[in-house]
Amino acid sequence: MKKIFCFAFLFAFLLTACSAAIPHAPTSVLETQSPVASSTAKPEPRILTVFAAASLTDAFEEIGRAFEASHPGVTATFNFAGSQALRTQIEQGALVDVFASANNKEMDALVTGGFVASDAPQIFLSNQLIVILPANNPAGLEKIQDLTTPGIKLVLAAEEVPVGKYTRQALEQMNSQFGSGFKDKVLANVVSNEDNVKQVVVKVQLGEADAGIVYTSDAAAAPDTKTIEIPAELNVIAKYPIAALTNAPLPGLASEFIASVLSPEGQAILQKWGFGPIQ
Amino acid sequence: MQRFFQHITHDGYSAWLFILPALILISLFALPLLALSLRAINADFFDYAFSEQALNALRLSLITSSVTVGITVFFGTPLAYILARWKFPSKSYLELLVDLPIVLPPSVAGIALLIAFGRQGLFGPILNALGIHLPFTTPAVVMAQIFVAAPLYVRAARIGFAEIDIQLEESARVEGANQWQLFSEVMFPLAGRALVNGAILTWARALGEFGATILFAGNLEGVTQTMPMAIYLGFERSLGVAIVLSVVLIGISVVLLGVIRKLERQDH
Repeated sequence: MKKIFCFAFLFAFLLTACSAAIPHAPTSVLETQSPVASSTAKPEPRILTVFAAASLTDAFEEIGRAFEASHPGVTATFNFAGSQALRTQIEQGALVDVFASANNKEMDALVTGGFVASDAPQIFLSNQLIVILPANNPAGLEKIQDLTTPGIKLVLAAEEVPVGKYTRQALEQMNSQFGSGFKDKVLANVVSNEDNVKQVVVKVQLGEADAGIVYTSDAAAAPDTKTIEIPAELNVIAKYPIAALTNAPLPGLASEFIASVLSPEGQAILQKWGFGPIQ
Repeated sequence: MQRFFQHITHDGYSAWLFILPALILISLFALPLLALSLRAINADFFDYAFSEQALNALRLSLITSSVTVGITVFFGTPLAYILARWKFPSKSYLELLVDLPIVLPPSVAGIALLIAFGRQGLFGPILNALGIHLPFTTPAVVMAQIFVAAPLYVRAARIGFAEIDIQLEESARVEGANQWQLFSEVMFPLAGRALVNGAILTWARALGEFGATILFAGNLEGVTQTMPMAIYLGFERSLGVAIVLSVVLIGISVVLLGVIRKLERQDH
């Protein structure tokens, strides 16, 4: 019995020792490659790794194509997911050049953890909330106040994800204009709290929900839907930070990518996909 | 334990040819669960585990997965019997259809259910006319679980029925047993173990179902938020909540699997 335990323990130790050794390997490979890249005339193939919030998918893919066109030999690869999940992956050792978050919370956590320099994060866009409806508008909703109509099927992002938090903040602000019970009446119509904003869009697009609240950028990427604007004084403005990682394998390329996102061309692409300008 | 060491002393080095690979796979199963349990042990454990959200999710998970198993056994046993014993054209296509949900990603199952039974789905108009609205309801959770988990029962039961000696069946027929008597007095008792195993697999799969549920049934506390959903959203909020809820789910699964296995052993 004791023997087996010893063996199992030794084995567990070996496994953790192996896994701890792996993250160091790619760094050393890249270090030995970089002198070669500068000495040859032909562009050396380089892979830029960008972790970005799921809401940035369409816009960043377009910016990435433009970046590849202006940087021969460079391939921009993206990992799009919830900002919290990306942050966890970076903390657990993912080697990343650039991180673009949908909120300051996850970026701040990486700054605290030493993964991002404290002066590195820059706000590169803003986003707002909008009410999204299926094209045929089955519940016949016309203004924000209609969200309290009893029995409509409303789908929101869960309170745990940034957009869900902003949604509840906006509803809170609407209490002052539409009466103190407004938020509770709207929340009583919620049939589902989705785990990400794209799920809200899908439920509305499929006509399963009568309405949802999403980012303006998500509504812009879903052309077969209707929208109801939320006035600026009742809206919540989300600001997205971007930064290069302190241990970025390609720090030079990382800052060039960030510069291209902040450039007028990059900003034009972001606004085309429904994002607001830097505020 | 003594028997285990006999293998090593009798077989010498060749015993390690079995022990080493087995140990590697066991480590892969055990180490993540161990790490999770170690992280979960802290002062907040009971606050998280007995929070209203966790208890609601737990209750819903237990109810829906039990209903799933009940419905699966009721409808799946005749289907498994037909597949095991009857011969008819294009039976292999039917078997393929029944096995398909096992290999499909749950997200495919969820979107397919939505497009079939959703309000704007293929059968939406018929269901609407009958006053039935499935998405975002507890029955939708059960449907999603049945879609992904029932094939495991049907498969296990089909194999169980197929393994029964065909001569037993023939002698029962010679003695004048009809199809129902043959099934209830010969096949059902003999395939009992396979049926229980299949039901356990289906129950466990239903308890862990996430992908199809979040698409078809959504996520609302007390209505459609099962344990896996609460865990996933706990991950968005803070890792601590997710870890504690995971350990609670693992604990429940271990206890219930143990109970069922014990019952199974007593039968034999």
